[in-house]
Amino acid sequence: MSGTFVGMPAFPEAARAAVGDATLRANLRHATHTIRDKRARAVAELDDWARLREAGKRIKDHTLRHLDRYLLRLEEAVTAAGGTVHWAADAAEANRIVTRLVQETGESEVVKVKSMATQEIGLNEALEAAGVRAYETDLAELIVQLGHDRPSHILVPAIHRNRGEIRDIFRAEMGRWGRPAPEGLTDTPAELAEAARLHLREKFLRARVGISGANFMVAETGTLVVVESEGNGRMCLTLPETLISVVGVEKVVPTWRDLEVFLQTLPRSSTAERMNPYTSTWTGTTDSDGPRAFHLVLLDNGRTDTLADEVGRQALRCIRCSACLNVCPVYERAGGHAYGSVYPGPIGAILSPQLRGTASAVDASLPYASSLCGACYEVCPVAIDIPEVLVHLRERVVEGGEVTRRGVRVRLRPAKGHAAERAAMRAARWVFGHPGALRAGQRLASRTRAVHPRTLPGPGRAWSATRDLPPVPAEPFRDWWRRTHGEGSGA
Amino acid sequence: MSGRDVILGRIRRALGPEPDDAQDPHAGYESAVPRDYLREHGTRGEDATVDLLAENLADYRALVHRTDADGLAELLARLLAARGTRTVLVPPGLPRWWLATADATRVPDRAAHTARDLDRVDSVVTGCAVAVAETGTLVLDGSPDQGRRRITLVPDHHVCVVRVPDQVVASVPLALERLDPRRPLTWISGPSATSDIELDRVEGVHGPRTLEVVLVSGV
Ligand code: SF4
Repeated sequence: MSGTFVGMPAFPEAARAAVGDATLRANLRHATHTIRDKRARAVAELDDWARLREAGKRIKDHTLRHLDRYLLRLEEAVTAAGGTVHWAADAAEANRIVTRLVQETGESEVVKVKSMATQEIGLNEALEAAGVRAYETDLAELIVQLGHDRPSHILVPAIHRNRGEIRDIFRAEMGRWGRPAPEGLTDTPAELAEAARLHLREKFLRARVGISGANFMVAETGTLVVVESEGNGRMCLTLPETLISVVGVEKVVPTWRDLEVFLQTLPRSSTAERMNPYTSTWTGTTDSDGPRAFHLVLLDNGRTDTLADEVGRQALRCIRCSACLNVCPVYERAGGHAYGSVYPGPIGAILSPQLRGTASAVDASLPYASSLCGACYEVCPVAIDIPEVLVHLRERVVEGGEVTRRGVRVRLRPAKGHAAERAAMRAARWVFGHPGALRAGQRLASRTRAVHPRTLPGPGRAWSATRDLPPVPAEPFRDWWRRTHGEGSGA
Repeated sequence: MSGRDVILGRIRRALGPEPDDAQDPHAGYESAVPRDYLREHGTRGEDATVDLLAENLADYRALVHRTDADGLAELLARLLAARGTRTVLVPPGLPRWWLATADATRVPDRAAHTARDLDRVDSVVTGCAVAVAETGTLVLDGSPDQGRRRITLVPDHHVCVVRVPDQVVASVPLALERLDPRRPLTWISGPSATSDIELDRVEGVHGPRTLEVVLVSGV
């Protein structure tokens, strides 16, 4: 289940447990290496990739710079097309709005498309508390939900589970949620997928309320876009009578034409496909085709606070492709759960502490969950300089400074006592205790980053000051990786 | 204060004083975003573009067939018979002659159909709005020869007829230009698929498990 991650240990402790889990590490390693090799090939097909990346970055930056106006334009267009727009300043308000909308339909169950925004606000739990059962319909999310678990990857949330575990979960749990797993279910992926198809089809066919997120919202036309593979999204977006979409305010783009950039960069960065199997767009409601009622809930929940930070703001460009997870040497070893949030990996390390503030141990330690190698920046299709934001946030944790929380400027005091220093050192020790991660990071860093920080700010300075960055190796990171990690790590 | 006012207020405080082009955010938009990326990748003639479409569709495990106007009805009849299709969903504007020789019982696309009704139908035959060669993508826009979005979703077998070369464009930018955003659009690239279990690709989790594409010339 999505969970609220309250009481998560700080990153280094959580990571230590994950690093000791051999199955988890093997699964993650296989997954991340497979996807990133394929991604490199898919990207290489487009010789204007760098220009598409720059355009994507500028579209998002421009939109963020005028966010209020584009949201108003979006509201106008959605309303004109027959939809209703709601605004939610925080998670609690969003959950209240959605719960009320569901209750007004008289239904006590809903089908859901995989959506990070609804996980972020803990919508399933809020609905449960109001007596509404929310069924996740993405296969991986189903595995996570039935396993009473949390997602560990943006794109493949159940990547930490292998086929045997999935079969056991299906056998034990499906019957409690609806149609039980077929007799004699084996652990072949085809059979497992078939079991999920049968189990979920019952839910789709009777569903009257669907809940989704969106990958993009077009201000000019009021169009929402959902990109997916399985068709569960199409089921939830078209079969129910009422559709409720909960979408972060940063997902807006100005024009229809802007999709020409993102529909090229997102699939290739994310699943390494030329195009994902299904993309659905809808503009309000359409007579007798799809839901008769459409509600859009625009979610803030820390996004406007992030917007207020001129360095950190770029995290809002993220299109959730998950490419940065797959290249991160720290993520590969630590796994998604260690990040204590629905946003794992490098993007999680800069997004969560901004959305939530750095008051908790896990949030204060996240900016240290990186070797600053720069691989994440290199693959990011909207050119988010994740290392730059990490360094910026470390400074914030250690030295304090002005931040915006819930719309109010506050002065953050330096982290109490030596807490920050301890967090930094523990993270450092963890990285140094895993030479593979560090080596990988350093070599890549030397190749990719002109602006790679020479010293770390704050308490990190003590150790970075006495260490020179290694010389530029002749060999590119990928070659080195393949050579030292052998065959069989990619597809 | 409403959530709307709260959020808009926070955004305005976060952004500080408005930049010069603030009256109309679009005023500065064209210059803010470089559009120097390509309209299409490589230059091909019409035939080569259709070939690329066929290749990329097949690469994503769609079954691709080619015919001309004279062979279309017979080919469709054969594809349905080969699947043992007894009932076929037909959008209201599908040319009647396309299925003239098919044995399967036609089920017209009706608003009154429940999802369960659709679940009992074996196949669906539709046209398309535009097809994208570089990505191997079919786009349906709900026009009369394509019907409601759900009819190409619930049945397990979808046959999509693409008129070549008219309905084929090279790239995503060229496709978007041709489409009307006010219509509900479905972009389809290969059959439904998942890689959620150990990254093994499995076709047809929820959408049709079999996608057949007929590239028809001279129609
Ligand atoms: S930060 Fe960039 S690479 Fe990472 S998920 Fe977001 S868009 Fe993708």
